[in-house]
Amino acid sequence: MKRTFKWMIGFVALLLVVAACSSDSSDDTTETTAAGGGETETTQAAASGEVVDLVIESWRNDDLAIWEDTIIPAFEADNPNIHVTFAPTAPAEYNAILQSKLEGGTAGDLITCRPFDASLDLYDAGHLADITDLAGMENFSEVAQSAWITDDGTQKFCVPMASVIHGFIYNADAFTEIGVDVPTTEDEFFAVLDAIKADGNYDALAMGTADQWEAATMGFQNIGPNYWLGETGRIGLIEGTEKLTDQQYVDTFTTLAKWADYMPDGFEAIAYPDSQALFTLGGAAIYPAGSWEIGLFNEQAEFAMGAFKPPVKTDGDTCYISDHTDIALGMNPASANSEAAQTFLTWVASPTFASMYANSLPGFFSLSNHSVTMEDPLAQEFLSWRDECESTIRNSYQILSRGEPNLENELWAVSATVINDTVTPEAGTTILQEGLEAWYPPQQNG
Amino acid sequence: MTSASTTTDVVRGISARRWRFPRHVAVFLAPALLVYTAFMVYPLLDSLRLSLYSDEGAFVGLANLRELLPGGSLSSSFWNALGNNLVFFAFHFIVQNPVGLLLAVLLTQHLLKRGKGTYRTLIFSPTVLSVVIVGFIWQLILSPLWGVVSTPLLGLTSTALPTLSLMSVWQFVGIPMMFFYAVLVGIPEDLIEAARVDGANGWKIFWKIIFPLLLPMLGIISIITYIANLNAFDLIYSVQGALAGPEFSTDIMGTLFYRSFFGFQLQSGSTAMGATVATAMFVVILLGVLVYLFGWAKRVETYEL
Repeated sequence: MKRTFKWMIGFVALLLVVAACSSDSSDDTTETTAAGGGETETTQAAASGEVVDLVIESWRNDDLAIWEDTIIPAFEADNPNIHVTFAPTAPAEYNAILQSKLEGGTAGDLITCRPFDASLDLYDAGHLADITDLAGMENFSEVAQSAWITDDGTQKFCVPMASVIHGFIYNADAFTEIGVDVPTTEDEFFAVLDAIKADGNYDALAMGTADQWEAATMGFQNIGPNYWLGETGRIGLIEGTEKLTDQQYVDTFTTLAKWADYMPDGFEAIAYPDSQALFTLGGAAIYPAGSWEIGLFNEQAEFAMGAFKPPVKTDGDTCYISDHTDIALGMNPASANSEAAQTFLTWVASPTFASMYANSLPGFFSLSNHSVTMEDPLAQEFLSWRDECESTIRNSYQILSRGEPNLENELWAVSATVINDTVTPEAGTTILQEGLEAWYPPQQNG
Repeated sequence: MTSASTTTDVVRGISARRWRFPRHVAVFLAPALLVYTAFMVYPLLDSLRLSLYSDEGAFVGLANLRELLPGGSLSSSFWNALGNNLVFFAFHFIVQNPVGLLLAVLLTQHLLKRGKGTYRTLIFSPTVLSVVIVGFIWQLILSPLWGVVSTPLLGLTSTALPTLSLMSVWQFVGIPMMFFYAVLVGIPEDLIEAARVDGANGWKIFWKIIFPLLLPMLGIISIITYIANLNAFDLIYSVQGALAGPEFSTDIMGTLFYRSFFGFQLQSGSTAMGATVATAMFVVILLGVLVYLFGWAKRVETYEL
């Protein structure tokens, strides 16, 4: 009996240890960090010999090949002691997965930064390192850095990598076949759509509302800046001098609602990959786009493509484009290899990287001050609008999506329902404005 | 407790003069108890506790829960999600049970000369498929661009939730079928024969003999379905995304929980609100189970055959 008792104590003790290990992850993290700290010292001591591993967290799983075949080899050629791994997750899950990895202490050394609050929250929670003094940060303008700085502008935490520009990509062969020209004004735009519809061989606009975000991002944020005059309107909303119920926002939605007639049948259930496929298979003539599509479209479409910027109301009006700060790279402060991570970030700020990244990923335009020549004609077309038009970023991204209900989520829903014709443009803007007034003080006066 | 006291009696009877702690009972209970406590009970209680705190860690009592009630910031989303969840369950209850029963009856009747096993396996097979695969296949079948129907069933607020419910019913109908099948093959042939001798027709035999025997199983299946449906998340997420469109018409508590806890796009996640939604889910499920236990399980008659 005594023997059994001893055995039982041992067994229970073992189980308790297992249970303790599993529930006490915070202790684990401290341990890892402590051990990691020690490792850094050894790495630095043996700087010449040891190979350091860096892991990049990213949502750009489409870019895996480019990172592995082009960007990382170029970096490793210059820095033979650093070995870099690109470890992307699916875009929709990235924020959630990254958050839990950072909290669990298992995240990579370099963190791809979403713009604005998602990254600011990570920085405030101590999951992104302060890189204000990093060598190379001087290569970026204030605007480029604006998405990854604290509200008071003193601390920076990500190296800006790229922006994306909105516009329309069209099937040039279809345009020739039907005999229409690239539109510059809104009337011309709808005349072109009518001509394509009358011809009947193509769906005029390749877009659906099932995933909702295309309606907001490729629709509302694409054509909107021409209505709310870019930065003027965006800042106006933040400062509370403009309201989402103002005429310019109602007009944007009214125009957007007209798109429904030109979209494929059953567009309410057409998802993002469906509309991409519809366009690249030659089934539709115009694709409301973000420049990030260029890479995929070049690969898949077998016809000539061109791009035109969001049409203005009357000929000669100043044009505004959404040139959205989209992606940056920061550093995990818990990284065991912070020195190597800094080396990598400085390299990301260099002209070599700017040119290589922009050209291997046509459609992601460098935010640095280095002048980059684009080899891809479609990408060059998008980029050329920076000189002709005023740039702005998506109006819901800075500050305005901090509260509940979340403006960005509401914009998705409202844009989709306005196109689906279940909500009128006026009612849609009222929903948005009420949501914003519920929590955002500058919008609450009157 | 009974087993413990019986053991004590045995121990007392055999050797000991004084009562001794039955150690082996503890040993046998320990593994399951510890693992279950560490991985189920503790996290559950801790998430209930979390719902009483703010994100900054301050104790706020029931203030988070008040956000779910009318007037609170999450109120409309929560009640919409709860309503959708009940509709989701109603579709399962109304469609899955009769269809499952019908299939089970067809399989036990002597209509099928051969291939009973094959049919049973085929009907059951979607159940073991990943929800992501089921969602993807149905999305393609129902796509207005490439699929068989031109109506955007998944894109209209009126049809999206019923369509998703029926997709789920299609996937899981094998489970009630198997349960009913097990009961049906267990009904002794002489009961039926005796009824037939007494002049009962097929309809009467079903309602007077078979159905009462099926009732306890119907309750079990329904409560299992209820728990699974109220906890559902994966199908909606894989087909409609975390925003559960169109216009939140397919938003259920699982997707609402996901958005509140992990955040979505520009919306930041909130541990406190996530835990609050989870607590509300727990309460709703608990209420359902209580209704089952006291309103159904205690009343329905179980027959020993």
